[in-house]
This record gives sequence, structure tokens and C-alpha cells, in this order.
Amino acid sequence: MFDPHLPHSAVIDRRVQESPGIFSLRLQHVDTKLQDIFEFQPGQFNMLSLFGVGEVPISIVSDPDDSHFFDHTIRVVGRVTEALSRLQPGDRVGIRGPFGRGWPMAQAEGQDVVVVTGGLGCAPLVSVIRYLLRRRDRFGDIHIMQGVKHEDDLIWRRQYEAWSREHGVNVQLAADMPGKAWPWQQGLVTELINTLDLNLEKTVSMLCGPELMMLAAIAQLRDMGLVDQQIWLSMERNMQCGFGQCGCCQVGPKFVCKDGPVFCYSEVADFLGAKGF
Amino acid sequence: MSAQHIVARRPGFMERERLQDFFDVFRLLGYRTLGPVVEEETIQWREVDTIDALPTGVQARQGAGEYRLEEQSENRLFAWNHGPQAIKPLLFSAEETLWHERLMADGQVDIKQTLPEVKPTAIFGVRACDLAALALQDRHFLSQQNPDPHYKARREALFLIGIDCAFSAATCFCTSTGDGPSLGEGFDIGMAELDDGYLVWGGSAKGGEIIDRLSLEPATEAQLNSMIQETDRAAAQQHRFLPGETELKQLYDKLNHGHWDEIGERCLSCGNCTAVCPTCFCYSTGYQRTLDGQSADMKRQWDSCFSQTHSSMGQFMLRRETALRYRQWLTHKLAGWQEQFGRSGCVGCGRCITWCPVGIDLTQAVSALLDGRLADV
Repeated sequence: MFDPHLPHSAVIDRRVQESPGIFSLRLQHVDTKLQDIFEFQPGQFNMLSLFGVGEVPISIVSDPDDSHFFDHTIRVVGRVTEALSRLQPGDRVGIRGPFGRGWPMAQAEGQDVVVVTGGLGCAPLVSVIRYLLRRRDRFGDIHIMQGVKHEDDLIWRRQYEAWSREHGVNVQLAADMPGKAWPWQQGLVTELINTLDLNLEKTVSMLCGPELMMLAAIAQLRDMGLVDQQIWLSMERNMQCGFGQCGCCQVGPKFVCKDGPVFCYSEVADFLGAKGF
Repeated sequence: MSAQHIVARRPGFMERERLQDFFDVFRLLGYRTLGPVVEEETIQWREVDTIDALPTGVQARQGAGEYRLEEQSENRLFAWNHGPQAIKPLLFSAEETLWHERLMADGQVDIKQTLPEVKPTAIFGVRACDLAALALQDRHFLSQQNPDPHYKARREALFLIGIDCAFSAATCFCTSTGDGPSLGEGFDIGMAELDDGYLVWGGSAKGGEIIDRLSLEPATEAQLNSMIQETDRAAAQQHRFLPGETELKQLYDKLNHGHWDEIGERCLSCGNCTAVCPTCFCYSTGYQRTLDGQSADMKRQWDSCFSQTHSSMGQFMLRRETALRYRQWLTHKLAGWQEQFGRSGCVGCGRCITWCPVGIDLTQAVSALLDGRLADV
């Protein structure tokens, strides 16, 4: 019988230091049969465990068509991610997953896509941006709106610059506290959204980041005429099991790990931003 | 109890002394038998193989924050209502190992699945509310997408002998949740205790086979009437209640009600209510390393929405205030469950009332939140 609790060993093929506190691991299941059947959607996550240290949920950022490897971009925030950051190619981690519901990529076919990210919470949406760009002809315009507090919080700076040169891609960056060399906007991500000329008939928006930022962005998008079914967001909560059993990630009646982490706004509207949920 | 109910039962009669036959049959069939035993001044599930081990003439007086065993004149074996635990800990262990890891000579880690060793287990004297709670835990832990192999192994080894409740504790309110006091479904053998013996009937194919072996006399009309009177009496003794499920859903409209803070002032956030609740399922996981650092077990432990870690994400805690934790518990149990599992997560056993050290009563809380008044208890 399949045991959803049981991790499987994966080996680190490559490690990239993205910024002082952020690194990426390229992984491959040691069991080649497992790697062959490993399928996921952008927005889904794995539980990564490290011998004797702990287990954490981490979003998958690579393309689902890369059948040989899968990538995780991890920010050092605590004990387990700190230990994971010291691993090198050849080292192994335990993998359970993929878990959860990903982004509505099927719904987005043929539509303009507005990607809104804030702070460092962009990893779950980087997978979406890469997904869209590799299948460019299947989607309309792509608007990438990223807000950070400090200029230094922007990782993948070169990547944003590269994306902005792609056809039909509109990259807008804003820093609340920019430095002198900041070439983009000063201010909040909501001010960036305000500049968009949305095609209300065919737009899907996808948000990830601090919930206060997402709430502000959602209010803005709704003001501009998007309906709740066009607004999707990824949420984060305490996850111990990953498949809707441990109960720790619940937001109202939703299990974030199983019903999400990507939700249509209408599904969580009653609880998003409500104290204690 | 409906007439249809009684027709479906077709019980046979068994004198009190013959109850020992059950224990003997289960031993022959290779079962270990758990039954109610008085221990630490409560009723607890322990391994028993004789009828003498059962709590003869004992009744449990329960109130908000109160549990006392008292003598009962008729020398019945099942006059007590229930102890602190239902079946939950026997299936969903308070602590268990999910997997084992060992460092190998080459520096790599070997990961091994750990499943419990299970013995066929018969549980004697299970109540209607406990069976209703079990059905809910089954729905959670045996979900179609990801059934839990630990729970499943223990669940499949279970044989359940249920018993109608002839008395209610002051904390019982199963009539208002529709889960008791008479047995509904989910047992292998059903029993009802009368003054001079038991009516017994099969509730499943394997239960029916055992009943057939006992070759009992069919119950008389008078005995059937007594059976109905027993549970009718228990139902009439209940004076706490919960409103219907549609009303309970309105708890989500009361998130800013002042009463949450009143309860937050009293609540110790100890988690007793979630520990004794037969449907609460939250847990957390963590490694336990051996001292030599060569191996580690991934453990899961019961967690509670009253714990500090439950709502923590790194340094940030969603529910720092006790009032928010109580609100999480009550709204989830009574409203959130309905969307998740098709019904409220409360079966009316009242354990959270009994075992709350400060006597917080969820039926009163609901009444205050929904009607703006305290229930008349």
C-alpha cells in the first residue's frame, strides 16, 4: 500500500546560490523508476526532509516537462532550511510529494496573465513565468508585477531583465525603499497594477507574497474589473503532512496543503486577512 | 428508538453470567480483548479476559470539569457512561513512528517504512457516540486519495462490541447531534443491558456468526420493551444540547463576537478538550534522533489547535491569543467539519466539558454566540 508519510531519497545534482539567503537545488530521485513517474504542476510542492533535522514544504520551481530533474528554490528562514543550505551536489534529501493543487494553467490558455508577486514570495510564480515563456504561443500578454521592500530583496534581477526583453512580456518592478541605482519604480506593487490596461474578457491573475500585499492587490484588481474567478493566489501555512491529514494548515474549512496551496480568491475570500486564520 | 431499528436487531437474550462466553470465544479466535476497567479513578480501555474485571455497579458522575465514579445499586456492568478516551487512541496513536532512518557506512541515509504490529482486537462496551466518532475518523484517516497505513492496519484488526446507553451523564448531549444513546451502526455485535442480562445481536457478518454460535433464545416482547425503555430513559436524562447543523454554520458569522474573549479569559489553552475529543485529528511531526546520531525516527504526535506551534510559521504565530485558539477549535469542529466531512465534528459525548479543568462548556459557548444568551444548564 502507498504510504504518503514515507519519503524517498533524492540526490542533489546542482546547487546555485541565488542571493545571500536564497539557494536552489536541482534534485533527482535516486530510484529511477520514481523519477520517471514523478509528475507535477506549477504551484505544487514537495516535503523535503533532512536526516535527523526536520522536514519542510517547498514549492517546485522547475518546468513540469523536465523529466530528469526537479528544482527547489529555498530561502534560509529557520533551522531546517539553514541545514539544507549547507548541502552540496551528491548529498541526499528525503522527498515526499508532489502535493497540493497548482496554478490554473488550463484556464490561463489563450488569456493574458497578470503575475503579481511581493517580497520574496515569488518562487511559486517563477515556475509559472517559465512555464508561460516556454509555451509562449498558447498565452496572451504576460504582465509581471513584482514589489519588494528594499532594493536588495530582489533576487533573480538578471532574470527579470531577461524576461522584460521577451516579446509580449511587460515587467514592472517597484521597491518601497529603492537605492540610488534602482532603475524601476519607487512605491508599492498596487501602483504598478494601476498602470495596466487589462483586457477584462481574457485575463487571469496569479498572486503570491505576503497576505497584506495580496489583499491590496486583489482589491486593486477587483476595482479594475476582474471578477473573483480571475484571481488566484498561493497561500502558506504550517504544514506537517502535506496531504490534508495533520490539520495544522487549515484556513476555515480549507486544508491549504490539499485544497491549495493555490486557491481561487472566492474560495478563501471569507478568511483571507481575517485575524487568527 | 424506531420500530424499524428494533426489527433490524432481532436480539437474543443472554444471562449476565454468560457474558464470559464472549471473552472465551474471542480468546479462541485469537483476539486480544479490551474492555472497560476502573483505573486511576476513571474508566479506561484495558486488556481483560474475564467478566470480573469489568466495573460492576459503577456509575460515572460527570459535570463541567468534574468526573467521579460512584456506586450504582443494580450492579450493572455498563451503568457508567464513558471514560476520558473513546476509540481514537487505539487507532490514531498519541505518538508513533512514521519512518526510520539510518546512516550507512557510505554516508548515505537508509529510509525504512515503519508500520505497527497489530493483533486482532475486540473492544467490549463501545458507545454509540464513540462509533459515530470512529466513522468520522475513518472518513479522515481512510480518505480515498491518501489512506493512512498506520490507522488502516489497526482499523482492519478491530472487532467492535457496542452497547446501548441506559443512562446519560449530565454532560451527554448525543440526542441533539443524532448519535445516541442507542447504537446506530458501525459495530459487529450490539448489546443492551437489562436488569437481569443482555440482549445481543449481530451488526456485521462476522458479528452475526459469533451470535449464531451462542444459540441464544430470541428476546421476549417484554425484554424488547425494556430495551427501548432503557435508551428512552437515557435520552430523557439529557438536558444539554447543540442546535442543528445549519445554525452551527452561522458560527463563521460570529468571528468578532465578544464572547470569544470571555472564554479566552477562562481557557488555559491546555488542550485537554482536543485530547479527549474522539474526532480531533491534528498532529505534528518531528525527528527523534538516537544519542549516537546514527539513526532517527520521524515521530508524529497528537497536536492541538491550543498549542503554540499549531499555527506557527517560522517566527510568526497566527493565533497567539487563547481566544483565537478556542475560536479555531469551535468553528472548525462545528462548522468547518460540515464542508470537509459532510457533518459537524461533534458527536455529543461531552468529554470536552467534563475534562476541561475550568469547566468551559461548548454547548453554553454555542448558545451564547448564536443566541446571545447562556444555555439554561
